[in-house]
Amino acid sequence: MADIPKSWKVAPPKAWNLTTPEELVQDTDHRRYTLGLEKGWLRTAPDVEIKKGMHCHAALPKRLEDVGMPNPRNWSVMDEDWKLPKNWKEIVLEGFKDRLERFRSFKLFMDICVRCGACADKCHFFIGSADPKNMPVLRAELFRSVYRKYFTTAGKVLGPIAGARELTTDVLKEWWYYLYQCTECRRCSVFCPYGIDTAEITLMGRELTNLVGLNIDWIAAPVAFCNRTGNHMGIQPHAYKDMIEFFLDEIETIIGYRIEPTFNRKGAEILFITPSGDVFGDPGTYTAMGYLMLFEALGLDYTWSTYASEGGNFGLFTSHDMMKKLNAKMYAEAKRLGVKWILGGECGHMWRVVNQYMGTMNLDLAEGSKMEEPVSPITGTKFENAKSTKMVHITEFTADLIKHNKLKLDPSRNDHLKVTYHDSCNPARAMGLLEEPRYVIKNVCNNFYEMPPNTIREQTYCCGGGSGLNAGEDMELRMRGGMPRANAVKYVNEKYGVNKLACVCAIDRAVLPNTMEYFVPEVDVTGIHELVANALILEGEKERTIDLRGEPLPGMEESEDV
Amino acid sequence: MNAILSLILSGGVVSMLVAIPLLGVWALPHVFGIHLEWLFGIVIPYFAVIIFFVGIVYKVVQWGKCPVPFRIPSTCAQQKSLPWIKYGYAEKLDNPVSTAGVVGRMILEVLCFRSLFKNTRVEFGSGETITYKSAKWLWLGAMAFHYCFLVVILRHLRFFTEPMPFFVPIIEKVDGFFQFFLPTVYQSGLLLGAALTFLLLRRLLDPKLRYISLVADYFPLFLILAIVKTGILMRYVFKADVVSIKELTMGLVTFRPVIPEGISVIFYLHIFLVSILFAYFPFSKLMHMAGVFLSPTRNLSNNSRIVRHINPWNPPPKYHTYEAYEDDFREKMIEAGLPVEKQAASPAAKE
Repeated sequence: MADIPKSWKVAPPKAWNLTTPEELVQDTDHRRYTLGLEKGWLRTAPDVEIKKGMHCHAALPKRLEDVGMPNPRNWSVMDEDWKLPKNWKEIVLEGFKDRLERFRSFKLFMDICVRCGACADKCHFFIGSADPKNMPVLRAELFRSVYRKYFTTAGKVLGPIAGARELTTDVLKEWWYYLYQCTECRRCSVFCPYGIDTAEITLMGRELTNLVGLNIDWIAAPVAFCNRTGNHMGIQPHAYKDMIEFFLDEIETIIGYRIEPTFNRKGAEILFITPSGDVFGDPGTYTAMGYLMLFEALGLDYTWSTYASEGGNFGLFTSHDMMKKLNAKMYAEAKRLGVKWILGGECGHMWRVVNQYMGTMNLDLAEGSKMEEPVSPITGTKFENAKSTKMVHITEFTADLIKHNKLKLDPSRNDHLKVTYHDSCNPARAMGLLEEPRYVIKNVCNNFYEMPPNTIREQTYCCGGGSGLNAGEDMELRMRGGMPRANAVKYVNEKYGVNKLACVCAIDRAVLPNTMEYFVPEVDVTGIHELVANALILEGEKERTIDLRGEPLPGMEESEDV
Repeated sequence: MNAILSLILSGGVVSMLVAIPLLGVWALPHVFGIHLEWLFGIVIPYFAVIIFFVGIVYKVVQWGKCPVPFRIPSTCAQQKSLPWIKYGYAEKLDNPVSTAGVVGRMILEVLCFRSLFKNTRVEFGSGETITYKSAKWLWLGAMAFHYCFLVVILRHLRFFTEPMPFFVPIIEKVDGFFQFFLPTVYQSGLLLGAALTFLLLRRLLDPKLRYISLVADYFPLFLILAIVKTGILMRYVFKADVVSIKELTMGLVTFRPVIPEGISVIFYLHIFLVSILFAYFPFSKLMHMAGVFLSPTRNLSNNSRIVRHINPWNPPPKYHTYEAYEDDFREKMIEAGLPVEKQAASPAAKE
């Protein structure tokens, strides 16, 4: 764990430097623009106040050097001078043009928005901050205005009358500030009559900022770590094994015997890849223990890899090239180990990459490997929906096991829990993984309650810290963005007594505990396979008295072991 | 450019546009005896139509030439996965894996504005609870506007075809169903005006909309409103000479342009504003009409795990290889009992 920066640890609430949730909510007046007499937004870039708590720290030069990204230097967001390269404007405009030619999405989304405003109140950051530049349409307009100025005739000739504006350092700073206030959750794209996806625009925007060295450390550090050590946390191979062995000790206490997973083993049938966040921090660690126990119960022929030890991909939040570079390890390792297919753990943006990018980007690397269409060795089910990429989501895998009665389950062990499910943005809106997790939860828990329909499934809200914004220094941003989700959780907490928020995303598991602590302290966050492992009966296990967190199971409060 | 400036500017431009044919066809002949009907009735409409078609084709070709490197549909329903997980009609449309599903999704999107139909309104101010209200007004206004516009355009085929297509009299019949006035009042024209007024008021009254609206948003609304008004005035108030007008319009489509006698100024006003709309179209947000068909979040199926989607400019893979990784950590790996490809060099060799 040598490479982990000190600031990685989330600060305790006192240091969040936040007012009470009530005061935070009071501060969200969506009707503050009343007359239309204010300066129009085209001219307000110089007035943008970069607020503490609403942005992440600048990337350290070392991160960029490690992966060969441009303009590494020490800089600070709060400084007037961001130490841009002399020809920054040329670089940005050249990059803009290049992306307009390579991505139809980008070009089209620059051209066709009618500013109908349907997306305006769909963004969690707008709802929670009331900052009009957080309306998805306006976030995109920050780019369109520059697009019109340099790439359309009307904008060149008519300027502001055509909604065009010059690219200045103020505009670049404004871009940066609002680019990194978007979690690329795609909720707005569901409501857009033309399917304009703000994530697509901010992905390009972030590529542009990265061309001139305006990165944030919370993204650049994991990218650099992942490149070298194989995972975002910078966990080196021996430490990775140690951390999993620590889970094995814990599991031994719970079930009474020790399980023996393998690492980097050639000839295994399945390669298991999950976000390293689950190996590193609570409550994700309990989910990781859940995987280990499930695979043990099945006697699955699988291996962990310390090289491809990251499911997530902060390259997605950096550039398409970086995404491809980090993702390549999955197929490279699958080929080296000679596995038949890859099983992927619970992660959000990882599944956006796996579903929408991985095959297109890197399937060539699987050529000549032993990979084939995934088949569950336990049930014989062919995962036809993963025929090409050969990677299966763990809830698809587990739902299939449960359907075929291959798991011995005692859901009453979760009877002290009243569970609701938070659809993570990417598996919901970039994949459509909606029923599998619900099916699993309902089979391992007896008390399940849905949140209001406008806040789940394809309309789900982001946790507020996705796309690499789950740092400690932007806590106000995270709480503001998390407000709509917290509001929905509070609703089911008050109505049904819900005390557990389940999710299939490692960033959710890192972000939502803080959000819950702040807004709905009665509710705790869990991964789905923690719930599975609690209900799972392993052959030869001792009578369970504690759950994966070491807390007494219902009815076992008096037990001696506790 | 704030809301008020944008309003003044776009209103001013439309007023100027109205003044041009008034000057050209009404004032000039009366004052100077110069006749410019041929300019407003023939030359400008021809140019406008050329710009319209060439502009749209150019823009669509530009979009079409641009590759679609990744499959990025917004999935708005359950994916097709295990056979026993429900994947019915709703799912096929909102999260399609097949071309048929995509076609269905696009038809609903283009003809029914389905995404807009999903619209909700967040109620949230100083209280702590966020509530969601159904918000179908924008959808209704947009449907009314687009469909009335379509009906009006189809009705206008009366002026450009001889004989008329069979559907034109049917449309006229239905459109004029409530015969409470003579000549028959077509509801589409009135509804179109009402829908435009609603869309305009919405921009003015909702603070969020007022903040985001640009000149390019007010201008087409004012322009189309002006077109609707001149059309209504021509039909119901000034009672334009339909026979002469048809002679002119038929002359245009048969490429034997003529300027018949007795066509009133209001007609030139109307056709000039329509010409402006045509010429403005390819350079404006109105191109969403063509663009919606090309939107990658709507017109792609979610099957990239089943069939590989090809990116034409996919760069060669460059990544930190396992070999480099093992070289970096070999000794630690051996010490931890992790398998390695190459054994560590002996301490002597390392010296």
